[in-house]
Amino acid sequence: MTYNWSWQVFLDTSSDGMNSFLHNLLVGAMWTLALALSALAFSFLFGCLLAVCRTAKSRPLNVLGSVYVEIFRNIPLLVQMFLWYFVLPEVLPPALGTAMKQMGQPWGQFFPALLCLSFYGTARVCEQIRAGIQSLPRGQAAAGTALGLTQVQVYRYVVLPEALRIVIAPLTSEIMGTIKYSSIALTIGLLELTGQARAMQEFSFHIFEAFTAATLGYLIINGVIVLAMRALERHYAVPGLIGSGVKAKL
Amino acid sequence: MKTVHVLSTAALLCATSLVATAADSGRIEKLRETGTLVLGHPESSVPFAYLDGNQKPVGYTVEICEAVAEKIKATLNLPKLEVRYNPTTSATRIPLLANGTIDLECGNTTNNIERHKLVSFAPTTFVAQVVLMARKDAGVDVNDPASFKGKTIAAQAGGQTFKLISMLNAQNNYGIQVAPAKDTGETFLMVQSGRAAGSANDDGLAYGAVASAKNPEDFIIGTKGLEMAPYGILQPKDDPAFKKVVDDAVIGLMKDGTVARLYDKYFNSPIPPRGINLKYPMSDALKRALANPTDSGDPEVYK
Repeated sequence: MTYNWSWQVFLDTSSDGMNSFLHNLLVGAMWTLALALSALAFSFLFGCLLAVCRTAKSRPLNVLGSVYVEIFRNIPLLVQMFLWYFVLPEVLPPALGTAMKQMGQPWGQFFPALLCLSFYGTARVCEQIRAGIQSLPRGQAAAGTALGLTQVQVYRYVVLPEALRIVIAPLTSEIMGTIKYSSIALTIGLLELTGQARAMQEFSFHIFEAFTAATLGYLIINGVIVLAMRALERHYAVPGLIGSGVKAKL
Repeated sequence: MKTVHVLSTAALLCATSLVATAADSGRIEKLRETGTLVLGHPESSVPFAYLDGNQKPVGYTVEICEAVAEKIKATLNLPKLEVRYNPTTSATRIPLLANGTIDLECGNTTNNIERHKLVSFAPTTFVAQVVLMARKDAGVDVNDPASFKGKTIAAQAGGQTFKLISMLNAQNNYGIQVAPAKDTGETFLMVQSGRAAGSANDDGLAYGAVASAKNPEDFIIGTKGLEMAPYGILQPKDDPAFKKVVDDAVIGLMKDGTVARLYDKYFNSPIPPRGINLKYPMSDALKRALANPTDSGDPEVYK
């Protein structure tokens, strides 16, 4: 294969005529982080609520949870991205739709992407937390009730604190997944890490260098997440529950 | 530690395979051995390279490449030369050309000097002009970027057009928002949906996009070119023997009028799959480039 490797290309002026490719890639990585972390915050918040809905002793809440999860889990993420970006402004009232379309750069791309990843992430996080809740012995909730706690208090003080500790490991995968899913936002023109790598190869033709840099970027981001989540897992491990074995092994 | 080891092994493997194949002799040897020429082509660049109703690659540049294959077969005295097709995207064309999967890329790749470090170009077969396109009701003048003040122009992320608009904007303080989009199709979608007031595209692609729209009369394409962009067939780098054969073939096709005929076929008459006519007469810049073939990547040469 005849290919001119050149790592200096990162210092060349990029297509915006001002900054180097390296600078743009770093900016892209920041957008990846901003998008994924804010989407995760929403996913976690609403995922918890929805998981409670799915496990609560209320038929309407159960149905609500299941319908939400099945809709957002079953539609391909790419399709959802297009729906939020291209279709939503058309079905909203004209004034609101126009406002959405006229949003400045890059917010016009960022917010639809954030909505998309948050709604999708909520469904996935909900399922993981639900699994955590259902893995608890029934006696836990029953004991809470026996103490005179209300349903809300049982979830708040007994079930959720335990379930969340159990699901730290699958949640780690979810966080790493969301970092990677955020690259789909490039299809609606958000220049996050993959988008910047793509822009760089488009302009300089140095495709391998561009995507090597993007790969390293994702590896580093996700590596930090793994380490942080492991520490969290160790810190919150409850003796006797799943996950406590981690402490012994490490 | 283990990760480091795995990574370094992987890097080493990559390096050795690069060295091993770099020593291979040229494409002409390969053509003689295999009897096949593989053409890379984009799938949605109307009218340069796209798929017709039967999913077969067609287009102006694709047909030029097919004619080039015929010429190569004659020049090299090959008993048979089978032409195979391999779809490419802007991200895959360089690696596929470098690793030998495709021999030529026949689409709408802009020949600029920067890219000569990695690939070679056949003599320019199309000279695009970067033009602005807008909806008629957007209240802007497509020949005057200043009229887009405070509005949004969509352009392909990382592309030459994006750079051009960003630079014009910065130099003249137009106050235009430049919105990146994934490809030509999406820049057009952004204009259509009102997300951008207009878009900056190469004229050939703009005509293709507007002609295939549901209501072509809703759009207006600028006539004033902001910059020239020569297109050429991509060739592997550092293979002078192969480049000469291909270049001679392309120049031959320019001299005998084949290229002009193909131009009329794709730009001035109904084209598959929907029988649309782009009605786009040949520009003076292209006429000059066909009369005096050049593979220069400098836009000034085409003025």
